Amino acid sequence: MFRYILRRLLQMVLAFFGTTLIVYALMFAGQGDPIQALAGERPVTAAQRAYLTEKYHLDATGVGGFFYRYFDYVKSLLQGDLGQSLTGRQIGDILQAAWPVTLKLALIALAVAIIFGVSAGVVAGIRRASIFDNSTLVLTLLVLGIPTIVLAPLAQYFLGVKWQLFPPTAGSQPTFYALLLPGIVLGSLSLATALRLTRTSVAENLRADYVRTARSKGLVKRRIVTVHVLRNSLIPVVTFLGVELGNLMSGAIITEGVFNIPGVGFNLFRGIRTEDGPLVVGIVSVLVVVYLVSNLVVDVLYAVLDPRIRYE
Amino acid sequence: MTVNPTPASATPEGGHLLELRDLHVEFRTNEGVARVINGVSYHLDAGETLAVLGESGSGKSVTAQAIMGILDTPPAFVRSGQILYRGQDLLTASEEQRRQVRGKEIAIIFQDALSALNPVFPVGWQIGETLRQRSGMSRGDARRRAVELMDLVKIPGAAKRIGDYPHQFSGGMRQRVMIAMALALDPKVLIADEPTTALDVTVQAQIMDLLADLRRDLDMAMILITHDLGVVAGVADRIAVMYAGRIVEHADVRSLYKAPAHPYTKGLLESIPRMDVRGQELSTIKGLPPNLMRIPSGCPFHPRCPYVQQVCVDVVPHDLVLGDGRTSACHFAQEVRDDSAR
Repeated sequence: MFRYILRRLLQMVLAFFGTTLIVYALMFAGQGDPIQALAGERPVTAAQRAYLTEKYHLDATGVGGFFYRYFDYVKSLLQGDLGQSLTGRQIGDILQAAWPVTLKLALIALAVAIIFGVSAGVVAGIRRASIFDNSTLVLTLLVLGIPTIVLAPLAQYFLGVKWQLFPPTAGSQPTFYALLLPGIVLGSLSLATALRLTRTSVAENLRADYVRTARSKGLVKRRIVTVHVLRNSLIPVVTFLGVELGNLMSGAIITEGVFNIPGVGFNLFRGIRTEDGPLVVGIVSVLVVVYLVSNLVVDVLYAVLDPRIRYE
Repeated sequence: MTVNPTPASATPEGGHLLELRDLHVEFRTNEGVARVINGVSYHLDAGETLAVLGESGSGKSVTAQAIMGILDTPPAFVRSGQILYRGQDLLTASEEQRRQVRGKEIAIIFQDALSALNPVFPVGWQIGETLRQRSGMSRGDARRRAVELMDLVKIPGAAKRIGDYPHQFSGGMRQRVMIAMALALDPKVLIADEPTTALDVTVQAQIMDLLADLRRDLDMAMILITHDLGVVAGVADRIAVMYAGRIVEHADVRSLYKAPAHPYTKGLLESIPRMDVRGQELSTIKGLPPNLMRIPSGCPFHPRCPYVQQVCVDVVPHDLVLGDGRTSACHFAQEVRDDSAR
């Protein structure tokens, strides 16, 4: 197990450099004049231009020059310096402000998925083909079918503006209450998937041979379901939720955009829109790490949950 | 010859330990109704071993699960009949009463121990669970008893292996774990549902010996369900042969092997390869087991039977009681037995 984790960490290093390189290349390949982009509409003096060219090694051209700048970037990145955005703010500071908001939103979404998705999935799995099962089936299909770009504004309009049950937008320092509606919207997708997955898993495990054995031991039905069936059924669900948390942590561009939540996705979207190369590359580099780590955690968790899984 | 079905051994005082009377079970599926058990009657007395023999789909396992009350309903429905345990009909008992019987009075071991054991719990925990849940034993006591039980079924280094998971055991050891679990509550009846089918031949013999020893030492009665005639000979007292959800022949082991009185049993015995007769083609029973959704008219075995006459197609044979207390559900039972005896 230890060797496995070590190997995975080494693979992560490779994956990290690969992805940052690609994102870095994509983000700066299309740019015409980075110094002008940095300055925006204002004119750039010759002295400033010379200083910035020197600072960012812009005089080196071609592929060689690109790698020169990339290694510059990685060097400061490894020293913990994500650099400055084009607006002049430290990217580290931006992320420090944005991440707690995204984390709160992610946890609300995950809680919604677990509380409603998993429990409804268990009930639907036990009462297969019942009215409850069929209605959850239709509802989850509906949720999975509607894209967030439609669902989020609808929820905002009806629940936020028309019936005024929730604040329609979050603002710069969002409270838990303000994040509740966006959290539910964001979580509804994970909820639907978690429900379907739990239902299938429970239904399948209820038919397993070990359930027959548990019945032949004279155990009460409640114990058979809550101990034997659930323990097995939740293995795929827990791993799904782990991966999902990793995804949610990287921010929800649409939901954060619609509800005006200053999270990671919101900043990333702003960076892309304003062609803020350093900001986009900075955020994506950190996201890559978050994603890789959460995936490793899920894989290790999987082995802990299922004793049959062995990593060598 | 009489046509009154009577048991092949005398009824002891106070009745049989376990008795099935005219059990009917059907599976209601989308494709139709499969009549899986069609009037099965057999009994078991304390301390004896009854072998239930038959090919796949003959209803052996379904009968066992009906006794345990662990059939999946739906699709399985017990249509009629009685399952008497110490005179009490389990089929009319409440679910709570039935649950009390499971494991404590009647226990069962299954064919494939790998899938029958829960993959995510250690074996010691699974054996101990029965004790904790049913006898209210403490965690520590249950653990100690689980080690004793694993010792009893001769698992080497039981104390060390108690925390291992089912997939870490070999097939034979896993089946021993299954047996240990079934013995946890000292059952009076042990149903072994094809206990050796998933195992290597050498391991099969060990498990059969173990079961025979345990049955004797713990003074249990055993129902041994198998499709393997070789397994039965050394262990069983009586044999009930099943075909298409019916008992077609019922006799003590010795006389059944000597002279089968049903063409199906005769066919089964003749299809065992013999070491002493060389150069002879192995005889088989022609045809296939019947589709349980369309069981043939009359005697269900008639399409495959070498003795078939018009009466077999028209009339369902009763259990004919032959001289020495055996029964055979064949119109020509006497002739078949006389043929076999030659």
